Amino acid sequence: MAELFFGYFGGVIVLTAILVVALRNPIYSALSLLVMFFHVAGLYITLHAEFLFAVQLMVYAGAILIFYLFAVMFLTEKKPDRYHIQSQGAFLIGGAILAGVVALVGQHTMSFGSSAVRASEPGVEEGNTESIGHLLYTTYLFPFEVASLILLVAMIGAVVLSKKDLSETSGS
Amino acid sequence: MSVPIHYYLILSACVFFTGLVGVLIRRNIIIILLCVELMLNATNINFVAFADYFHDLGGQIFVFFTLTVAAAEVGVGLAIVVAIHRSRSTINVEEFNLLKW
Repeated sequence: MAELFFGYFGGVIVLTAILVVALRNPIYSALSLLVMFFHVAGLYITLHAEFLFAVQLMVYAGAILIFYLFAVMFLTEKKPDRYHIQSQGAFLIGGAILAGVVALVGQHTMSFGSSAVRASEPGVEEGNTESIGHLLYTTYLFPFEVASLILLVAMIGAVVLSKKDLSETSGS
Repeated sequence: MSVPIHYYLILSACVFFTGLVGVLIRRNIIIILLCVELMLNATNINFVAFADYFHDLGGQIFVFFTLTVAAAEVGVGLAIVVAIHRSRSTINVEEFNLLKW
């Protein structure tokens, strides 16, 4: 069973990684990278890294990829009209996904009371998120602070680079 | 763990070399940045696979630091791309000659 999941996730990861390089349109490359991020997140689930699964979805698929799509749409010169055509099948697929999410959330809400009581009992084994947080604030506290410094420097650098007009200094 | 560790190594090596080839052959600078993300994800797969193999959460912690570097890279990288596009009106790396002579 585990080999089956690994084969599916690994196959899709390799396929979409090749598509990122091979596709001519940058938007399609970014979207296939999105599919790859989702399947890497699925691979994390099979490797018992549940917190990294959520982080991968939020940070990579949610933040970084939207940033790339924004840059691609902002900087690409040609704008074909086919981006403005929306097929009817998209509504069906979107509706099916929405119904699935609603069904999952409703099912989970009904069983939420019993699971919340079970999680708050003492003696329950420490979860993945708890142990990562514990390790991050004890053993890896100094690298964690350095990481926050890296993010601060990157933020200031991005602001400075976007503000300054390079054409003034390059003289063109 | 039922899937052997070398399967993950082969998978991440495939993804890493795909990203490396993409960095070397593509001329669009946004695609080059996307391929850098591919390589970072390949190393993340390795980290998480070894964290599961050795039952040591340190590998998963290091994925966070990779994530930090990736976020910083995408922020600064896309700011540089926007600045270059503003002055050169292109995103083709063949035409970037600010540091060439």
